[in-house]
Amino acid sequence: MNYQNLSPQLRRSIWPVAGLLVLLLTNVLIAPEFFSIEIKDGRLYGSLIDVLNRAAPVALLAIGMTLVIATGGVDLSVGSVMAIAGAVSAGLIVSGVDSVFLVIGGGLLAGLAAGFVNGFLVGYFGIQPIVATLILMVAGRGVAQLINSGQIVTFHHEGFEFLGVGYLFGLPFPIILVIITFVLVQLLMRRTALGLFVEGVGANASASHYIGINDKLIKLMVYCLSGLCAALAGMIAAADIGGSDANNAGLWLELDAILAVVIGGASLMGGRFSLFLSIIGALIIQALTITIILSGVPPKFNLLIKAAAIIVILLLQSPEFRRQLGRIKQWRRA
Amino acid sequence: MNTDNTLLALRGVVKTFPGVKALDGVDFTLRKGEIHALLGENGAGKSTLIKVMTGVYRRDGGDISLEDKPIHPANTGDAQNLGISTVYQEVNLLPNLTVAQNLFLGLEPKRFGCIDWRRMNREARELLAGYELDLDVTAALNTYSVAIQQLIAIARGVSMSAKVLILDEPTASLDADEVASLFKIMRELRDKGIGIVFVTHFLDQVYAVCDRITVLRNGALVGEFEAASLSQQDLVSHMLGKALEKAVHEKIEHADAESRDKLFELKGARSQALEALDLSVSAGQVVGLAGLLGSGRTELCKLVFGVDGLVAGDAELNGQHVRFTNPRQAVVAGLGLCPEDRKKDGIFGPMSIRENMIMALQNKRGWWRYIPMKKQRELAERYVKALKIATSDIEKPINQLSGGNQQKVILARWLAAEPRLMLLDEPTRGIDVGAHAEIIQLIRQLCAQGLGLIVASSELDELVEFSDKVIVMRDRRKVAEVSGNEITQQRIMQAIAGQPQAS
Amino acid sequence: MHKKFLPLYVTCSLFALLFAAGAVQFENFGSLRVFMNLFTDNAFLIIAAIGMTFVILSGGIDLSVGSTIALSGVIISVLMQNYGWHPLPAFALVLVLGTLFGASMGAIIHYYQLQPFIVTLAGMFFARGLSSVISEESVPIMHSFYDDVAMFGFELPGGAWLGSSTIIALVVLALAIWLANFTRLGGRVYGLGGDAQSAALMGVPIARTTISVYALSSFMAALAGIVFSFYTFSGYSLAAVGVELDAIAAVVIGGTLLTGGYGYVLGTLFGVLIMGVVQTYISFDGTLSSWWTKIVIGLLLFVFIALQRYLVGRGQKSR
Repeated sequence: MNYQNLSPQLRRSIWPVAGLLVLLLTNVLIAPEFFSIEIKDGRLYGSLIDVLNRAAPVALLAIGMTLVIATGGVDLSVGSVMAIAGAVSAGLIVSGVDSVFLVIGGGLLAGLAAGFVNGFLVGYFGIQPIVATLILMVAGRGVAQLINSGQIVTFHHEGFEFLGVGYLFGLPFPIILVIITFVLVQLLMRRTALGLFVEGVGANASASHYIGINDKLIKLMVYCLSGLCAALAGMIAAADIGGSDANNAGLWLELDAILAVVIGGASLMGGRFSLFLSIIGALIIQALTITIILSGVPPKFNLLIKAAAIIVILLLQSPEFRRQLGRIKQWRRA
Repeated sequence: MNTDNTLLALRGVVKTFPGVKALDGVDFTLRKGEIHALLGENGAGKSTLIKVMTGVYRRDGGDISLEDKPIHPANTGDAQNLGISTVYQEVNLLPNLTVAQNLFLGLEPKRFGCIDWRRMNREARELLAGYELDLDVTAALNTYSVAIQQLIAIARGVSMSAKVLILDEPTASLDADEVASLFKIMRELRDKGIGIVFVTHFLDQVYAVCDRITVLRNGALVGEFEAASLSQQDLVSHMLGKALEKAVHEKIEHADAESRDKLFELKGARSQALEALDLSVSAGQVVGLAGLLGSGRTELCKLVFGVDGLVAGDAELNGQHVRFTNPRQAVVAGLGLCPEDRKKDGIFGPMSIRENMIMALQNKRGWWRYIPMKKQRELAERYVKALKIATSDIEKPINQLSGGNQQKVILARWLAAEPRLMLLDEPTRGIDVGAHAEIIQLIRQLCAQGLGLIVASSELDELVEFSDKVIVMRDRRKVAEVSGNEITQQRIMQAIAGQPQAS
Repeated sequence: MHKKFLPLYVTCSLFALLFAAGAVQFENFGSLRVFMNLFTDNAFLIIAAIGMTFVILSGGIDLSVGSTIALSGVIISVLMQNYGWHPLPAFALVLVLGTLFGASMGAIIHYYQLQPFIVTLAGMFFARGLSSVISEESVPIMHSFYDDVAMFGFELPGGAWLGSSTIIALVVLALAIWLANFTRLGGRVYGLGGDAQSAALMGVPIARTTISVYALSSFMAALAGIVFSFYTFSGYSLAAVGVELDAIAAVVIGGTLLTGGYGYVLGTLFGVLIMGVVQTYISFDGTLSSWWTKIVIGLLLFVFIALQRYLVGRGQKSR
């Protein structure tokens, strides 16, 4: 099949999906048991499930981050928002709230509030996204510590812990949560015109204004969604360890989330987005980590390899770099 | 002609961009100690010519010589070192630096390895005194008005030992007094032997200050004239490419649309950019907006559409009082605008033709009532066929289409939203002949379907062809309104040139 | 008084106000000793934030600062402990490597037209990754030179101490002010941040300036890493996590516009000192907890960004 004849969507999907497949195949070659999945007590176990489960928080963040980046912005605060949401939920549990809905609702509300602050600063105040979200990135961990009174708050609450360690339909619940969030956001974006408007605002803010799209409201909305996704990820992290650690919950995950979106092929300038590809991006990051472990390379090389991967992907996206590549090809042919 | 006096000479300069020949063998001669107007409508090649002179673009052919020596400026720094300086309309200085820094950036006086601020400020004050400017040179540039920034830019250009000074629309945002003081400076510089290239859209200013005039059209030289011996009317006809006597009136008889109910009306309406004016459009009527570039056509469209706010006066839609403070309200009320700058304000580059087309309709319906994909495709296919948009696939990103096809997509976008009043700002600009004719035909059809249309255009023949009424703008004012059989190219041109109606 | 100095005045007065508030409330707060300790405790941050100031003035951002500090500490300690190097050649090597590292990031940003935040993010991963590859363990530094340098200093009245790191920070500050305001490079950096397109038209060499700015920032970060190692007497790959955020916060609180073009190196010093005073205040108080530092800094960031936004908005309207 001719590469040029593929539809643009399909063409965009090829690289991330191929990248993930290559990584997975490498893993199988190194460790043949990689693809083997066991069923114990109606639950699935195996390396593949592990990859999915560990990628869940970043995948959730990536869903929100995708929308933010599609409008031409970026949300640096998601790691801190994770810490806040975890702290709020933990705080509710230890203060005697029993209803799992209230606990989760409290965490989500915290995320929504954080997203609202970000979105308001970016959309209505006109502050650059990096700058606006930097504020909460710095202050957010302080807020989380304040809620926790500086302690690592541990708790025991079966209903809430289900978020992190539960199983549903044989799969770890975080995976299910990612699937549900993905489906909901995908429906919201693609079954209504919101996705179209988000892409429009990112692709050409001025043209959106001339058509009468309410670009400020769109921006507010995507940051709110990003806050909600971060809150969900934060609660999974807290439920997983049965405690809220304001210092370390979600630390540096904002960077992984941005990376996942970039690996998924989205432009940081805004425009086209694909939630599916961003999740593939999150899986690639996790699969890469596992590949490093399986291949016997000491895990200390992890970050270095990740850095190299970002540089390569960024360069491949740069038109100037492609031009240089093209010139080298021509020169070799001549 | 006194050839010894030649300062800068361009001979047969060619510049091609992919698909366009922007300059086609253009000659241009600047003498020492003259102010030389470079005139032409949009796309005539003025800015390309300037960019070739100043090294922003490399020419593809022809010769440039400065004082009889061939030159090949590779960038603006190069051109500056050779003695060619440019001052742009959007003052290209650094707003955050001090006045003195702006004057001396790159050439700061130094002492013991440090920038000698005291000397720099003193020299800056001395330099500006020559322009009758007494400023606090240690204040940031953006604390001063655009007019003063303009003069500072000129002072910088001249102080860098300029032989040639290019002023690219320096007067666009100045008031009358500021223009007068600018002209005084220009004349003084001329008397010192500097050659000045003056680009402007204000014809009065050309006659007020220029010695000679070069006119370009469609990337080619029309001619070089002595300002004293070229009438304003002849100048306009050179710029527009229509000899007055040949301007045949091919008017198709229009029904007298004035009697019908008014669809939209402006009464004594004024914006930041426009002086008060009246305007009315009826359903099924085409109102043409004529005038040179910068005359206020675009600003009038923006005023109607709510991009620029109404400062004074009244607007009525179907007899109802309306006041649009942003485009959203205008769209909801049934207006649509195809903006002048397609790339900047019109297209969603990476998005598909289909998505570009449904955007306005979708926004009107609201985000929760998503147009079903099947209907989107039908709509897009229909308009691709109806407007003869040349594409293999409606899912192609719009930035892969030619200019004419992009314009048709934007037209389709609004037609799909079924507006009552359409504003088309330069709908035929930069598109090829075939698409051009189709768009004109479309304008007629729309009018026949009962839409009200306001069309701004710099091409008189097309205005004459489709307009029921033409409003002529000049210097951000409405200077004439002609309707019915009075609409002739000659009549419009006279109004643009600012002459009383020839009887 | 020039309007352009307004943020600087605000910063300086805020520092004075906070310091005075502390002095009124606590007995030993208003002393030269506490004041000098602000420098001693934050010398490495002052140096890193000064480097960051240049980057932000030019309209960019550098997220790799913290990990560059860690990397230079690790390289120094490993060279000394495992290879028996004297500290001085190790310092020289680290400074050169740091400069090259920053220059490469600057080159990638300029020539491939990539956003500074993502390129320096990759740089952050790279430096952090490289330091953990070199040594995952904390490597202790034992060398008589280090003891000498760490002990070096002058006793000031009231038991205050002017130590070697403070001296280095002050020298760096003086040089940075000279670089920013008395050399052509400084003017170009401001120009680049003011309007890159105009700067190019006015003959500013954009490539050279961009590369210099990032090279300078990484050089400063490497230097900060050296100073940092005088406190810790070790090199550790997980040291100085998040210092880039502290540095950015200090620059913004110091009155530099995050979009570039406006601000002063001296303001950054006061930005760091304000953060130091907040910390000192909280430790003097005893009942307040350490996380209030982060919240207060976040609030200050917000206030300064809002103030900038207001000033810029007003500036545009008046034009």
